[in-house]
Amino acid sequence: MRSVIFRTFAPFITALMVLFSIFVLLRGHNEPGGGFIGGLVGASALAIYGISAGVGPARRALKAHPMSIAAFGLLLAAVSGVLSLFTGQAFMTSQWAAVEVFGVTVDLSTPLFFDIGVYLVVVGAIGSIALALEERESD
Amino acid sequence: MAGPSVSVDLSAAMQTVPVQLADWLVVAPSILTIVGGMLCLMSRKNIALAPKLGLFFLGLLVISNLLLLAEVLKRGVITMVMGNWLPPFGIAFTVDALGATLALVAAIVAFAAGLYASITIDNSGRRYGFYPFLLLLMTGVNGAFLTGDVFNLYVWFEVLLISSYGLLVLGNDRIQLDGTVKYGILNLIGTNLFLIATGLLYGQLGTLNMADITMKVQESGVSGPLMTIAVLYFLAFTMKAAAFPVNFWLPSSYHTPRIVVAAVFAGLLTKVGIYALLRILVMLMPAARAELADVIAWVAALTMLTGVIGALAQSDVRRLLGYLVISGIGSMLAGIAMGSVLALSGTVFYAVHSILVMTALYMAAGLMAAMAGSYDLRRLGGLYGASPVLAGVFLVLALAVAGLPPFSGFWPKVMLVDAALTLGWNWLAASILVTGFLTSLAVGRVWIYAFWRGGPEGTVDGGSVSLPGGGVLLAGAGGQSTAAVWVPIGILTALIVLFGLQPEWMMEVSSRGASGLIDPVGYLRSVFGGGA
Repeated sequence: MRSVIFRTFAPFITALMVLFSIFVLLRGHNEPGGGFIGGLVGASALAIYGISAGVGPARRALKAHPMSIAAFGLLLAAVSGVLSLFTGQAFMTSQWAAVEVFGVTVDLSTPLFFDIGVYLVVVGAIGSIALALEERESD
Repeated sequence: MAGPSVSVDLSAAMQTVPVQLADWLVVAPSILTIVGGMLCLMSRKNIALAPKLGLFFLGLLVISNLLLLAEVLKRGVITMVMGNWLPPFGIAFTVDALGATLALVAAIVAFAAGLYASITIDNSGRRYGFYPFLLLLMTGVNGAFLTGDVFNLYVWFEVLLISSYGLLVLGNDRIQLDGTVKYGILNLIGTNLFLIATGLLYGQLGTLNMADITMKVQESGVSGPLMTIAVLYFLAFTMKAAAFPVNFWLPSSYHTPRIVVAAVFAGLLTKVGIYALLRILVMLMPAARAELADVIAWVAALTMLTGVIGALAQSDVRRLLGYLVISGIGSMLAGIAMGSVLALSGTVFYAVHSILVMTALYMAAGLMAAMAGSYDLRRLGGLYGASPVLAGVFLVLALAVAGLPPFSGFWPKVMLVDAALTLGWNWLAASILVTGFLTSLAVGRVWIYAFWRGGPEGTVDGGSVSLPGGGVLLAGAGGQSTAAVWVPIGILTALIVLFGLQPEWMMEVSSRGASGLIDPVGYLRSVFGGGA
C-alpha cells in the first residue's frame, strides 16, 4: 500500500478531501449535502492519511483525539438547540442572524451549528474507528 | 435562500405562543446528560475530574427531575414540541405523573451509582469512559420516560442500548464479552421488532405521536393489523423487560459486568421495558391489551415463578439477584394483565420499588464480595461479625424484595393482590403470594449463609472466621474514605424504608399515573390543546 506514488500524493488528496468535506457540509443547508455526508468524506480523508503516513503521524496531525472531536460535536449540536431558550420558543427552534462580511450577507443559523456538530460527530466517530482498525493492521 | 415564495399560513402548523420556562424541564434531562456526558468524554484522560464532573451533572439531573415532578403534580401533563412545530408534525415530549416519577427515581439511582462507582470503578474503568457511558445511559432512560412520540421512544431505546453495551464490556474480560454478545443479540432482535411494529403502526395510522395514535385507535377500534402490531410490541417489550420465555439473556449477562454496572442495569433497564408496555399497550391500544389479557397474565405468572425458582437454584449472589429482577418483572406484568386503576398503580409502585431495591441489593452484594472475596454462597460466611450494619441493611433489602412489611415491597404487592381478588383472578393473586414466599426463602438463604453462619462452607458449628472490616479490600479505594460506598446504599435503603412506612404519597402518585393511562384526557389535552 505504501508506494512512493501514494505517499507523495496522499497529503494533497487528504487536504482536498477535507476542503471538499467542508464544502459539502456548508452546501447541505439548501442543496444535497450536509453534516453527515460531509463528515464521511472528512473521515475518509483521515483514513487515507493514516494509511499513507501511519496512524501515529495521523493522530499527531489531528491534535485532538477523534473521540474528543465527536464529543465536542454532540455538545455543539445540543447547545445549538438551547439558544431558543432565550427567545421564549421550544427546544431546537431555529434562530437566524444575518451577518455582513465584506459586502456579502451570510445567514448564520442554529441549524448550521447543529450540522457542524453532526459533521464533527461523524468525523470523530468514524475517524476513530478507522484509525483503530489501521493500527491493528500495522501491528 | 431558494425556498418557494408561496405564502403559507404558519399558525396552522407552528406554535406561536411563547413557551414557558418551566416547560424546559421536560427536555432538561436529555440536555443535561448529553452536555455532562460529552464534557466527561472530552476530559476522560483526567481521571480525578471524571467522578466530580459526572456527579455534578447527575446531581443536576436529580434536581431537574424533582422540579419536573413537582411541576407535573401541580399543573398536570406538560408537553413541549421541538422546533415550534405543532403536533403531530413536531416531535413531542409529553410528561405525565408516570413518566416524571420514574424519571426521578431513575435519576436518584443513577446518582447513587455514580457515587458508588467513584470508589469501586478503578482508573482504567474511568479512562475507558464509565461516566460518559453512565450519563448517556441516563439520556436514553430519561428520554424514554419523557417522550411523547413512538419513533422517538425507539431512538431513546437505541441510545440506552448503545451506552449499555459500553458499560457491559467495561474491563474487557472474556466472560464480559461473552455476556455482552448474548445481551446484544437478543436486544438487537427486540429493538428490531420494535422498529418493525412502529413502521407497521405508521403505515396503519399515518402518525407516530402517542396522543394522536390514542385518538386514532379510539376512532378506528381494534382491527386485525392493529392486533398484530400490539402483539409485536408486546413481544419486543417483554424481551426488553426480560419476561418468560424471552429472558434468558438476563441471567447470562448480568453477573459479568462490574457490580455497580449490574446494579444500574438491574434497576433501570428492564423497567424501561415495563414503562413502554404501560405506555403503548395500556394507553395507546387499550382494546388490544384487553384481548391479550389472558396471555399477559400467563406470561406474568410464569415469569414470576420461573424467576424465583431460578433464584432458589443459584449459588452465585449476582446470578440469584438477576433471577429476582425477572421475578419482579412478573409482578409488574400481572398488573398490566389486569388493567384496572388499582392494578396499574400497583405496577407503577412496584416499578419504583424494584428500581430502588434491586440497585441497592447489587450494591450490597458488591460490598459483601469486597469483604469476603467472593460472590459464591459456598464461600461466603461470617459477614455479620465483619459488618453488623451491612447485615442489617441486607436484611431490610431482603424483606423489601420479598414483599414483607414494613418496607416498600409490601404495598405494591398488597395493591396487586387486592386488584386480582377484586377482579376474580384468584390464581394470579395466588401466584403473586407464592412468589413472595419463595422470594423470602431465596434471599433468606443468602442472609443465613453469608451473614449468620460463622464462616464459609466447612466451618464448624459455633466457630467463626474473622474477616477484615468493610471497605479495606475495595478495589482502587487507595486511601479514600469508604463513605462514598455507604452513602448510596444508605440513600436507597432510606427511601425503601420511607416508602414502606409512608406509602400514601407514592400510592397517590402512582394512582395518578395509572389513571392517566386508562383515561388519557389530560395527556391528549396537553398535546392538542383544549379541543381534544
